[in-house]
Amino acid sequence: MTQSETPPSSDCTRRRDLLATGTVVLGCAGACALAVPFVESLKNPAATSLSDRLLDVDLSSLAPGQDITVRWRDWPVFIQRRTPQMLAALQAPDHLATLRDADSKILQQPKDATNWHRSVRPEYGVLIGVCTHLGCVPSFEKPGSTPEAKGGYFCPCHGSHFDAAGRVARRAPAPCNLPVPPVTFLSDTKLRIGHSAGDPGFSMSDIQQI
Amino acid sequence: MTSPLKTPDTDPPGWLERRLPVMSLLRRQYVAFPMPRNLNALWSFGAFLIVTMAFMIASGLFLAINYTPDITQAFTSVEAIDRQVPSGWFIRSLHMGGVTMLFACLYIHIGRSLWYGSYKAPRELLWLTGLGLMLMVMVTAFAGYVLPWGQMSYWGATVILNAVHAIPLIGQPLSELLLGGDTLGNVALHRLFVLHFTMAFAILGVIALHVAALHVVKSNNPSGVDPVNPSQTLPFHPYYTSRDGFALCLFLMVYAGLVFFLPDLLTLADNYIQANPLVTPRDIRPEWYFAPFYAILRAVPSRLGGLLLASGSLAVLFVLPWLDRSTIRPATRRPMVRLSLPLAFAAFILLGIAGMHAPTPAWLLASRVAIAWWFIHFLLVMPLASEREMSS
Repeated sequence: MTQSETPPSSDCTRRRDLLATGTVVLGCAGACALAVPFVESLKNPAATSLSDRLLDVDLSSLAPGQDITVRWRDWPVFIQRRTPQMLAALQAPDHLATLRDADSKILQQPKDATNWHRSVRPEYGVLIGVCTHLGCVPSFEKPGSTPEAKGGYFCPCHGSHFDAAGRVARRAPAPCNLPVPPVTFLSDTKLRIGHSAGDPGFSMSDIQQI
Repeated sequence: MTSPLKTPDTDPPGWLERRLPVMSLLRRQYVAFPMPRNLNALWSFGAFLIVTMAFMIASGLFLAINYTPDITQAFTSVEAIDRQVPSGWFIRSLHMGGVTMLFACLYIHIGRSLWYGSYKAPRELLWLTGLGLMLMVMVTAFAGYVLPWGQMSYWGATVILNAVHAIPLIGQPLSELLLGGDTLGNVALHRLFVLHFTMAFAILGVIALHVAALHVVKSNNPSGVDPVNPSQTLPFHPYYTSRDGFALCLFLMVYAGLVFFLPDLLTLADNYIQANPLVTPRDIRPEWYFAPFYAILRAVPSRLGGLLLASGSLAVLFVLPWLDRSTIRPATRRPMVRLSLPLAFAAFILLGIAGMHAPTPAWLLASRVAIAWWFIHFLLVMPLASEREMSS
């Protein structure tokens, strides 16, 4: 019994179609699998490698009410030293009522900064200075520079207001509070950005919006 | 008067066909296209070359995204690709292994054409575009090898650019155009990067010409006699698509083995030391695919003579369709060529091995014998054999 004696039946055609379809499907699956490392290579290398991610900042020259900007992972990071008036303003009930996410429910900070002052120590605030709306860099409003200024941030692009703890005002277009980077105090005046002793598992890729 | 667009535009194949007949072109050229029935495995290497080229271009584009063509950063950016860029090691390994696969297939593909006489009328243009592609691949490979800016990159490029400089008349202006300065530096690196990138796409264009020429004159076959009636041919699809597909699977297994298991087999440790213009590495060795030509440069005790013989060894291939006037194509049917051509292949391989070894007197002698046989085969044996065959 040989194949050539019988005319090609529909069974035979169906088997060949199945083989052809199977080959094409497997070939496409292989091509997709091959595409994975190529797409992967476009990802941010900083997100996977630990080197060059730690930045130590000396805070000894930072005066109360002052705000400095340092660069970490190519982001501007605001470091502010808060005055007792600024801390009081952060807790005022009528101020809290104007905020979109006063209790930091949205994951925009490590666990040790999920508190009313959104920082490890109340007197120091550390925030990533990238507006959660469309990515501009907000500017610091020095407390007392204008009658309303209580030491918050104002984004020049679309007018989003953030308070000194980086919490976004309800009437602003920005959806989330400013992100807080993982930080550890090495001493009273020395800050390490890039690792959180209070929340070691925290990664910048976990946060909701940057 | 009937309109050429009288059928409704809602019929998709008809709609496209009347505006751009690509589907019927594909059917004619890649489905129903008549292929000789008796092709052997050596006819799959063209397909391997096209697939390797696709891998080279894809991996090259993704490498270029992460590469910096500046002498202060080139080396570190390549290290970053290997160590920091996600999957960067894989893409670079794919690119480096791809060069080896490309040259191996290229040499086998050309060797097959020599053995089966595929360069003869009416396929001269197919042969010439193919040799042109080989030269373009060589220039691209040279430029690409400089980009990581390691010690071998730097000193390899220095030697080649000085060799270019030594060519009479055009050499000096040409090397100045490439270098753009007194020594190999930032300007030259940037130019070689642009050259490498541009040549890759120029190669694609010439491949299109090569394939177009193939579809006009059709494939040669091991018998050397072109099929005259349809019973001697098979449609390209499904016969050769499935056959090439199977061969490609085997080819990709070898390629994957090189990429995943032996990524360092063909690279030199010295190229993982950043280029240092003050120190030449003790053990300079070319990449294996340039070794035969490197061996010729070393074996000839004259700078210009070495350059002439090295370039002449390729030039004889270009004029081969006119040196070999015989109408008999395959070497299997030509007693003299059947003996002489395998010796020429052996000479090429011997030169390659000699190029990878230190120039001891024994290797120099072997190189000289091999060079002599290469030229004797093409310049004496081929015209003589064809004269005898045509007169008998």
